Amino acid sequence: MNTWKMTIGIECHVQLATKSKLFSPANNDARDKSPNSVVHPIDYGLPGMLPLLNKEAITLAVKAAKALNAGVAEVSRFDRKHYFYPDLPMGYQITQMYHPTIKSGYVDVPQLDGTVKRVRIHHAHLESDAGKQTHYSDHTLVDLNRAGTPLIEIVSEPDIHSAAEARAFATELYRLMTYSGVTHGDLYHGNMRFDVNISVAPADSETLGKRAEVKNLNSFRSVEKAAEYEFKRQTELLQKGEPIVQETRGWDDAKQRTFSQRSKEDAQDYRYMPDADIPPVILTSEEIARIQETVGLLPADYRKAFENLALDSSVVGTLLANKSHAQIVYDINSSSPTHASRVANWFSSVFKSPDEDAVDASKELLPSIEDLIELARMTEAAELSSTSAKEVFLALVAGETNSRRIAEQRDLLQVSDHSSVTAIVEEVLNDKASQKSIADIQAGNEKAIGYLVGQVMKRSSGKANPGMAQQMIKEKLGL
Amino acid sequence: MPSISYYLGRSARQNVEEALEAAEKNSDHNIFLHLTKKRALERADLIDSGQQGGKLAGVPFAVKDNYLVFDGPTTAASKILENFESPLQATVVERLEAEGAICIGKTNLDSFAHGSSTENSAYGVTKNAIDSTRVAGGSSGGSAVSVALGIVPFALGTDTGGSIRQPASFNGVYGVKPTYGMASRFGVVAMASSTDVMGCFASTASDAELITSIMAGHDDKDATTLPDYYKLGSASQAPLKIGIIEDFMTDATDAGVLTQVNSYIEKLRQNGHSVESVSLPLAKYSLAVYYIVVPAEVASNLARYDGIRYGKRASNVSTLDELYGRSRDEGFVTESKRRILIGNYVLSSGYYDAYYQKAQQVRTLLINEFDDLFHSYDVLVSPVTPTTAFKIGENTDDPIKMYLSDVMTVGVSLAGLPAVSVPAGTSNGLPVGVQLIAQKRNEATLFALAQSVEASQ
Repeated sequence: MNTWKMTIGIECHVQLATKSKLFSPANNDARDKSPNSVVHPIDYGLPGMLPLLNKEAITLAVKAAKALNAGVAEVSRFDRKHYFYPDLPMGYQITQMYHPTIKSGYVDVPQLDGTVKRVRIHHAHLESDAGKQTHYSDHTLVDLNRAGTPLIEIVSEPDIHSAAEARAFATELYRLMTYSGVTHGDLYHGNMRFDVNISVAPADSETLGKRAEVKNLNSFRSVEKAAEYEFKRQTELLQKGEPIVQETRGWDDAKQRTFSQRSKEDAQDYRYMPDADIPPVILTSEEIARIQETVGLLPADYRKAFENLALDSSVVGTLLANKSHAQIVYDINSSSPTHASRVANWFSSVFKSPDEDAVDASKELLPSIEDLIELARMTEAAELSSTSAKEVFLALVAGETNSRRIAEQRDLLQVSDHSSVTAIVEEVLNDKASQKSIADIQAGNEKAIGYLVGQVMKRSSGKANPGMAQQMIKEKLGL
Repeated sequence: MPSISYYLGRSARQNVEEALEAAEKNSDHNIFLHLTKKRALERADLIDSGQQGGKLAGVPFAVKDNYLVFDGPTTAASKILENFESPLQATVVERLEAEGAICIGKTNLDSFAHGSSTENSAYGVTKNAIDSTRVAGGSSGGSAVSVALGIVPFALGTDTGGSIRQPASFNGVYGVKPTYGMASRFGVVAMASSTDVMGCFASTASDAELITSIMAGHDDKDATTLPDYYKLGSASQAPLKIGIIEDFMTDATDAGVLTQVNSYIEKLRQNGHSVESVSLPLAKYSLAVYYIVVPAEVASNLARYDGIRYGKRASNVSTLDELYGRSRDEGFVTESKRRILIGNYVLSSGYYDAYYQKAQQVRTLLINEFDDLFHSYDVLVSPVTPTTAFKIGENTDDPIKMYLSDVMTVGVSLAGLPAVSVPAGTSNGLPVGVQLIAQKRNEATLFALAQSVEASQ
C-alpha cells in the first residue's frame, strides 16, 4: 500500500482598497449599488477610451510587497489577456503577464502546533476584475459595477502539503493583506478569493501528480475542506489505478465537495500581449522605501510583542485575525501586561475567524482602551465573575460604553462586602441540607466545599464573590 | 484650395453654409458619411454672435469618421458601429472647437482604418480629387479629398502606417503625421495602440503647422501623450543636413515619382541645405514587422465590438458564440477580418515568440537605425509612396500589392517619428508627395523646411 503526499499551490485574488477603479475614475466600492451604476466609459469599453492607471493601486501593491517579503520591480508593465465573455467589456483583461510589480517573496505561516511553515511566493501581479452575469431562463443580464476593480493575484509556490497548512496560509495572507491596508478584507463580498491547486503523488515520488484547480473559494474553511476533499478523491482514484484529469473544479459548499468544471483540453488561448496604452510603471528605490515606511505593524510584529503574555497559540491566532483587536491588546500591553492578557482572551473568545463570524469585524465598533482596562481591573478585583466580564465585553463590542455603568445597569457586580457575604455563609452553614457536606469536609473530603460555595452563590443570585465565600467557609469550619 | 486665412473674419454661418454646399456639390466623390449640419450651424451662430472666438473662429473643417464627434453617428466606416452615437468627443476635436473651428461632417475611410484606398469602407469608395476613376488613398481618403477639393481648409485624419501621408500624396495636399504621443488619442476609435497618431490635412505648410500646434499637447485622458513641447514657428532657418533614403529611391519606385522627388531635393539643395544619400538597410523589413505588430493590436482593439453593449447585434441567434460570431461577421469588412485572423494567429500560444516577439525585436533595431541617422542628419527624405494614385479596383484582389503602397511610410510609424507629406508636382497629371521625416518632437523643423520650399516656388 502506497502512502500519498499532497502538494498544494495557492493563487489568491485580493481586492484592493482603492477609492477608484484600476484604470478609471469610477467608484471602486460596488457594494449595495444598483447594477451598472458605477461604470465609467473606460470600464464600459466605449470606442476611443484609454485606460488611466490608478497610482493608489501601485502604492497598495508596493505595500503588499512588504507584507509578502517580496521585492518590487523597478519597471513593471501591463499586458492584455484576451477572451470573449459578456462581462469582459474590452474583450481582454488587463493584467501583468510578463513584468509583474511584485517579485518573489515568502510568508512565514504559524501552524496550530506552534511551528512555522515558510511558503514561498512566486510573484504577485496587478489586474482588473471582470463584471458579473446573472442568468435567467431565457436571458442573461450583465452588471459591470465590478468591472475594472483592482486586484492583486498572489501566486504561491507549491510548498503546502496539508489541508491545515493551506488554511493557515490563507488565514495568514488575510492578516498580511488587511494589516498592510491593501484590502478591506470583506470576505462576504469576495474581497479575497482563493484558487487552490492540488495534486497527489506517492510520498516518495520526486515528481508532482496531475493537478486539479479548485477555483473561487472565499473562506479559509472552504480552502481547508476543498483540500481535504481533493486529497481523498485523488488518492482513491490513484489507489484504483485510475488517472487524475488535469482540470478546473468548483466547490459546492452545501454538499462539501468539489465538482468538475472544465478540463485542460477546453483551456483558452489567452493571446497575451503588452498593453501599449499603458506606459511602464517605474519605481525608484526611494519611492518604494517611502511607501513601505507607511506600512504599520504586521502580524509577526504583534506575535513578538505578545510573547510576554504567554498566550495560547490558538488565542494569538484568533486575536490576530483582526488588526484593530491586536492593536488594542498591543497598546494595553505596553502599560499593563496582566490586563492585556485578559483582553486578548476576551477578543479571542468572541471573534473566531473572519470568514465565519456572524459579526463583520471590519464594521463592528471598537471598545475604547479605557473601558477595556476598567473591565480588566474590575475582573481582577473580583468585582465581576468571568461570565459577567464577558457579558460586559460583548456590550462594549456592540457599541455601549463605560464598563462600570454597564455592569451596574445589568446588576452584574459581585458582592465582596465582608459582612454581607458572612451573613449568607452563616445561613448556608446553618441549613439542614448542608450538614452532610460539612461532615464530609471535616472527614477530609475538601472537594465537598464546592456544594457549599454553590449554595452561597445561589442565595446571592450569583453576585457573591465565590473566592471570598470559600475562604470564609474554610475559616468557619476551622480548616 | 483656399487656406485658413480666407475664412477668418468672415461670417461663420456663411463659411459653414458654403462648405456644406460644396460638400453636397461633390457628393459623387463619396467624401462624407454624415454631415454635422445642425451642430455646425449652431456653433456658427455662437461665433457670429461673439460668444466664442479663437484662432480658428468660424473656420470649417472635416473629421475622419473614426473620431468621436457630437451630432450623428461615429461609424469608423463599419457596419458594426452603423448607429453608434458617442456621448463624448475626442480631445483634439475639443481643442479645435475651443479655438472656434466648426466641424461640418464626418469623412469616409477604410473601415476601422484598415486599408490604403478607402475601398474597404462599408459605405463605398471615395474618389480621387484629381481623377475620379482613381482611389483617394487611405485610410483617411475622405479627409484628404475634402481639403483637395477646397470644401474645407483642413481636415483630421489618423495615421497608423501611412493613412494620412499616402492620401495626402495621392490628392496633392499636405498631410501631417506627428510624433507618436504628440496629440491625444482619446476619443478616437483605436486601430493599433502603439502607432496610431492624430494628424491633419491642409493646403499650406503654415496651415498644417497651425492646426498641428492646436491639436498637440499632453492630455490627462491619454497616458501615452508626451508633455507639451510644441512652440509655433520655433524652428531655426539655418541650413540643414538632409539625408535621402536611398533604399526608397530604386527602380521599385515609379520613374515619374522619382523625377518629382529628385526635383524637390534639388530645391532643398538650392535653398542652401546639404543633401546626401543615406541607407536604411532594415527598411526592407518594416512592412513585414508592421503586418505582424499592427494586426496583433488590431485583433486586440477590435475585441470590444462584440454586439453586447453597443453597436450591431445579429438577430435570431440562439447561443452566445453565435451572437459573437454573427455580429462580428456581419459588422466587419473582409480586410478587418483578415487582420483579426492574422493578429490572433501571431499572438497565439506557441507562435508569439516566433512572430510578435521577433517583430518587436526587429522594430527596436529599426528604431536604432533611425536614431543613428538622426545623429548625423536633421531631416530624412523619401517619396511617400512608390506610385501615384492607382485605379479603383486595381489592387483589391491582391492584399500584398495593396500593403506595398505603404512600404515607405510604415517604418516611420513603427519608430514613432514625425513626418509630413508635402505636395511635389505631378506625374502624368497625378500628384506626387515627398515625405520629410525628423527625429521625435522635431515637427517644427519639418514645417519650416516645407514652408521655405513652398515660398521659393
